[in-house]
Amino acid sequence: MVTFTLNGKERSFDGDPDTPLLWVIRDFEKLTGTKYGCGVAQCGACTVHLDGMPRRSCITPIATIDGSDVVTIEGISGKEAQAVQTAWTGLDVPQCGYCQSGQIMSAVALLQMVPKPTDDEIDGAMTGNLCRCATYHRIRAAIHNAANSMEG
Amino acid sequence: MTIHDITTSRRGFLAGAGLVIGVAIAPKFLSAAPTGVPAGGAAELKPMNAFVKIGTDDTVTVLSKHIEFGQGPFTGLATLVAEELDADWSQMRAVHSPTDNKIYANLAFGLQGTGGSSSIANAYEQMRKAGATARAMLIAAAAEEWSVPAAEITVEKGRLKHAGSSRESGFGAFADKAATQTVPQDPKLKDPKDFVLIGTDLPKLDTVGKTNGTAIFTLDITPEGLLTAIVAHPKHFGATVKSFDDSEARKVRGVVDVKQIPQGIAVYADNTFSALKGRDALKVEWDLAKAETRSSAELAAEYVRHFNEPGLEAANTGNVDEAFRQDGLQTVEAEIVFPFLAHAPMEPLDAVFIKATDGSVDIYNGAQFPGFDQQVAAEILKLDEAKVRVNTQLAGGSFGRKAQFGSPYMQEAAMVYAAVGGDRPLKHMWTREDDIQGGFYRPMYAHKMRGAIDAEGRITAWEQVIVGQSIMAKADLDSTSVEGASNLPYRIPNLKVTSHNVTLPIPPLWWRSVGHTHTGFAVETFVDELLARVGRDPVEGRLALLDKESRHAGVLRKAAEMADWGSTPPEGRARGVAVVESFGSFVAQVAEVSVGADGAPRVHKVWCAVDCGVAVNPNIIKAQMEGGIGYGLGAVLFDAITLGKGGRIMQSNFHDYRSIRINEMPDVAVEIIKSVESPTGVGEPGVPPVGPAVANAWRKLTNAPVRQLPIVSLISA
Ligand code: FES
Ligand code: FES
Repeated sequence: MVTFTLNGKERSFDGDPDTPLLWVIRDFEKLTGTKYGCGVAQCGACTVHLDGMPRRSCITPIATIDGSDVVTIEGISGKEAQAVQTAWTGLDVPQCGYCQSGQIMSAVALLQMVPKPTDDEIDGAMTGNLCRCATYHRIRAAIHNAANSMEG
Repeated sequence: MTIHDITTSRRGFLAGAGLVIGVAIAPKFLSAAPTGVPAGGAAELKPMNAFVKIGTDDTVTVLSKHIEFGQGPFTGLATLVAEELDADWSQMRAVHSPTDNKIYANLAFGLQGTGGSSSIANAYEQMRKAGATARAMLIAAAAEEWSVPAAEITVEKGRLKHAGSSRESGFGAFADKAATQTVPQDPKLKDPKDFVLIGTDLPKLDTVGKTNGTAIFTLDITPEGLLTAIVAHPKHFGATVKSFDDSEARKVRGVVDVKQIPQGIAVYADNTFSALKGRDALKVEWDLAKAETRSSAELAAEYVRHFNEPGLEAANTGNVDEAFRQDGLQTVEAEIVFPFLAHAPMEPLDAVFIKATDGSVDIYNGAQFPGFDQQVAAEILKLDEAKVRVNTQLAGGSFGRKAQFGSPYMQEAAMVYAAVGGDRPLKHMWTREDDIQGGFYRPMYAHKMRGAIDAEGRITAWEQVIVGQSIMAKADLDSTSVEGASNLPYRIPNLKVTSHNVTLPIPPLWWRSVGHTHTGFAVETFVDELLARVGRDPVEGRLALLDKESRHAGVLRKAAEMADWGSTPPEGRARGVAVVESFGSFVAQVAEVSVGADGAPRVHKVWCAVDCGVAVNPNIIKAQMEGGIGYGLGAVLFDAITLGKGGRIMQSNFHDYRSIRINEMPDVAVEIIKSVESPTGVGEPGVPPVGPAVANAWRKLTNAPVRQLPIVSLISA
């Protein structure tokens, strides 16, 4: 039996301990904002915050997160999250939208650690998040906008 | 019906003055709640016609006959409706329409479907009429209620007003009454100069749900009791199951059943991970008797053998053979081999089946041709078509992948569902590996080009031979193999283009911008080489071969101006240019490139000029150019699906089928040419020019033309 908090709520899981966090979140907790894109930590669509750090939930066995704090796109809050989501809608970043939960989770984590990232720092934090629609140009601009909005 | 037919009939349709575009009245099934993307509040929605519902809460819901997978039809079609309805943008909503090949036909195809960058073009007049119709019905209802002449009622930003009696109302109060008015047959449409919404950057309707995790895609549909099925597929095209042992798979906790279907072995489980684990535990022996066992290199060697055989004629003007026999010519030759490409949409293929108590079945999927999905599923499930409802869902991209005649994906999904009995709801999903190895690729092509330059430096002859699979499975000329080459925009007196169709067990498919993915590259790199050979500037030289007034020339001049083409690029960088017309839209791009630290091209900036007629939503057009540039660039730099020795597919996931990442994405600037021409598509036309623009810059940097793709294969080779 694994217990953890998910978006602030106490949860437990007693299925196959190898089950990746991604499928626990989606299939058992029915939170579907976190997406599957590759299953092998290559695309970032499954990014969640694990104890405050961005993590690819597709390669994180549930057994390894006992006692941890998990936050998904449905549960993010705080000024960085708000700034990022506002910047995202302001620039109409999403196209198909499928990768965007993961993009936003990575961007929020970046701003929590680096309030005013440079382009290189954005590259460093966001390279693991693929967008097949190639919305990268707007993702970069939106992160800068979000950082600027937090200054004021 | 082909993409080509789609394009030509679309032109015919747009040109066909006086053509009556019917706005069907609301079909009966619209009284049911719409499935798919929720339209918003719990208000009652009253259908005005097949495309517009007005809510008692003042919302206007547009039923989009086109699937939303990122190219913006929800917003685009809603804009057209809102314009003629004089609605306020904040009251607009959009959902997918139900499936009906007649009412919701793409007017360019004659059946319901999305593709060929046709959504706005085919719906331009129809959706405006749908809005104008609804407006007239609301006015009629208000006139009746207020006992005033309809002609005295005005509508502005979602408010009905009668100045004489100082009365005013939103739409919702009249939704009920309006729905019972006679549907006007030919409502008057606005003069484009009076547009207030069309042509502005309205915020997209689907953005909010896509930034907070609430947007629902097929994969997110998780009804109670759901079974998840994953299929073990062969690693060779054309292979079939010889035998299998499922004893270990059945022991996996959560695995419920295992069945053989024609496409492979399906594992059914209570959750996704159990299905994945179960599939891994299968032991399958494949029969390769009918499989493709040649490698990509062997295929390429066979392709080039066709170069010297007589081919199918796609263009023949002047006399090429004679032109090449003239004295004092310089001849330039090039052979380029293009690899197979997977579409790799972010959401792999999936579908959900739910049986209703009356035995009918609801299917939820990213249906690009919902009518085909319905037909195929009904046949396999042995149900009447009326008992199979295809509920189109938001999809995580397609890029052509979901546009399949005969719906082979739905065949597999429906067989998986049928094989297990169909009593429990079922989700069939492909993994990324299934997607990368699943075929339906942009086919491999080989091009041979030959150009003649006379003593005065004029390009006098152009010969091009194209070898590859026919996407349309034709025995004769397939226009999708030669589009962009057979209609070469440059004035060259002697032109000959031929093609050879090759048959392989690897299923081919259109990939974002179809034939232009390779013809655009071949034509635009070769013309650049010929111009370089005679010392002409790539922009000036192209302009001299184009009509001054042409839209090709217009975008080319614009992109050159944006890039300050005549100026010297920063140290270590070079600029390349390309211009391609596809799907009726014209796009020119200039790319600024250097040699990166790893020896591969580093693309710093792309300037893009697009002429797509009336710009319905400039912001979406720009987004499509940016996305098209990223998609095209990623493929040209990094991507190939290759068959190794024995025909095994060599790539399996994003680690070896690379996608462009944020650090590789250039800065992009887009300008839209002002135009009063009818709108044309933008989903695909941003893709073709970027590859040749980068390759042309690369040739300047390295003195070596790009004859092999992806470009990184030149560096590691
Ligand atoms: S699904 Fe986890 S990184 Fe792709
Ligand atoms: S928006 Fe489609 S994959 Fe990123």
